[in-house]
Amino acid sequence: MSKPRVKIPSSAAAGEIITIKTLITHKMESGQRKDKQGKPIPRMIINSFECTFNGQRVFSCDLEPAISANPYLQFNARVPESGEFEFVWKDDEGSVFSDKKKITVA
Amino acid sequence: MTVLNKREFLIVATGAAAVALAGMPTIALGAEKADKRIAEFLGGATPSEGGLSLEMPEIAENGNTVPLTVRVDGEATADRYAESVLILADGNPEPGVATFHFSALSGTQEASTRMRLAKTQNVIAVAKMNDGSFMRTDNLVKVTIGGCGG
Amino acid sequence: MIKGMGLEKLGRWTAAAVLLGGLVAQPALAQDRKSYPAPEGHPLSEIISGFEFRNPETQALQLDDFENPAFLWVQQGEELWSTAEGTAGKSCADCHGNAAETMKMVGATFPKWSEKNKKPINIELQVNECRTERMGAEAWKYESSEMLGMTSYVRTQSRGEPVNVDFSEGDMENWKEKGKDLYYTRFGQLNLSCSNCHEDNYGNYIRSDLLSQGQTNGFPTYRLKWQGIGTLHRRFKGCMDQVRAEPYKRGSDEFLALEVYLSYRGVGLPVEAPAVRN
Repeated sequence: MSKPRVKIPSSAAAGEIITIKTLITHKMESGQRKDKQGKPIPRMIINSFECTFNGQRVFSCDLEPAISANPYLQFNARVPESGEFEFVWKDDEGSVFSDKKKITVA
Repeated sequence: MTVLNKREFLIVATGAAAVALAGMPTIALGAEKADKRIAEFLGGATPSEGGLSLEMPEIAENGNTVPLTVRVDGEATADRYAESVLILADGNPEPGVATFHFSALSGTQEASTRMRLAKTQNVIAVAKMNDGSFMRTDNLVKVTIGGCGG
Repeated sequence: MIKGMGLEKLGRWTAAAVLLGGLVAQPALAQDRKSYPAPEGHPLSEIISGFEFRNPETQALQLDDFENPAFLWVQQGEELWSTAEGTAGKSCADCHGNAAETMKMVGATFPKWSEKNKKPINIELQVNECRTERMGAEAWKYESSEMLGMTSYVRTQSRGEPVNVDFSEGDMENWKEKGKDLYYTRFGQLNLSCSNCHEDNYGNYIRSDLLSQGQTNGFPTYRLKWQGIGTLHRRFKGCMDQVRAEPYKRGSDEFLALEVYLSYRGVGLPVEAPAVRN
């Protein structure tokens, strides 16, 4: 079960640029490894991440097997007004993991 | 110790040569694959130097988890932002690492993550701006392998 | 006394050197490593945490509770703490309340003597004892995600507290001696003892790896190599695998004895669980 973690300030000034840090548990099985019998272990990774603010895309990332396990992604966002950030991760099987964080603009 | 007859010797020698040659293309293959992906991404354009930077350690403590930060100079605006920044590693079995997509809402255009490096190699970033221009930067990262716990 | 001293030791070193392709013992780059004073009669002249042997990027990962990937498990442990499980319908919280208070010294004082079992007990074994005997719940596998979540959550409550295991309880002294024997015994095809690397050569390189003192104050630890968090006994097993020995099992008496002895070697080190190491 992949668990996401997000670190984001709870408030900001209008137009301020904030830093958002995200982490999610996932083996990120690259598809390069072999099991004890020598059979290749199939690839299973988180392949996409998207951050939106009040429905608008802020930042997104296509991930490939060279991203380390428990993928860490840090990026910035300009906060125009109060609202909600949504974070969505998707993996090769089509599973979707998400988290939401509200932010207040004073 | 068995003594090989001439036929056996030739078979072994050819086999050994084949093994030796088989090792060679793999080393160049990563760089070749990376070049191919960069060419696809550029679509014929020529990337400029400058305006794009990659921050990575000089020597990776462990190839499994190497921190990386890519930065496109200048704040993102609706008129100018980095649509895609492709990250490749030319010495990994597959060169693809990630592609970051910034937007007008990004503020400053930088992103950090952690990546896997199979060995000492170049990490390459190519940025495509929304106006169709490209930038590129290369970064050599040393990776030591093994000892006891490694 | 270290077994195999003198000529025998030289012969073994040569053998190990040949097998390892040149065991190079060269001093590491000059660094200021924070050390703690060793009590009198202690085998080490200074006690140094594994933290000091890692590069700045790895250290930075440990120092930031968000960036430290191990906290993904601590978070899981925190949730499990309040989750009722088993026939008794209780959670850890029902008996132990607020972990920050009740578990504060656990990470610094375990392993403890168990009068009931007539042997030492560590946090993993204690968790399962509580689960099976008081909660009526199933035991967690030693290296399972849940166990790692719970033990990292519990031990991190002691973060910053100096390791201070009580060896006067029950038969702890004997177990400490058993662990000491194991520590100085050469194992495996490479015929190396823990002491060969972690006492005789900490601060030196074994090929491209920088050797630490092999302290245990940071476990459960997120290892970059594992790309995950793991138990102390997993690390013991790894070391034994590496010298081409048949490893003991997690939770075994041997590893328990070694754990007891190592907590003596690391006395005074601050608990760093969950640490980030190579």
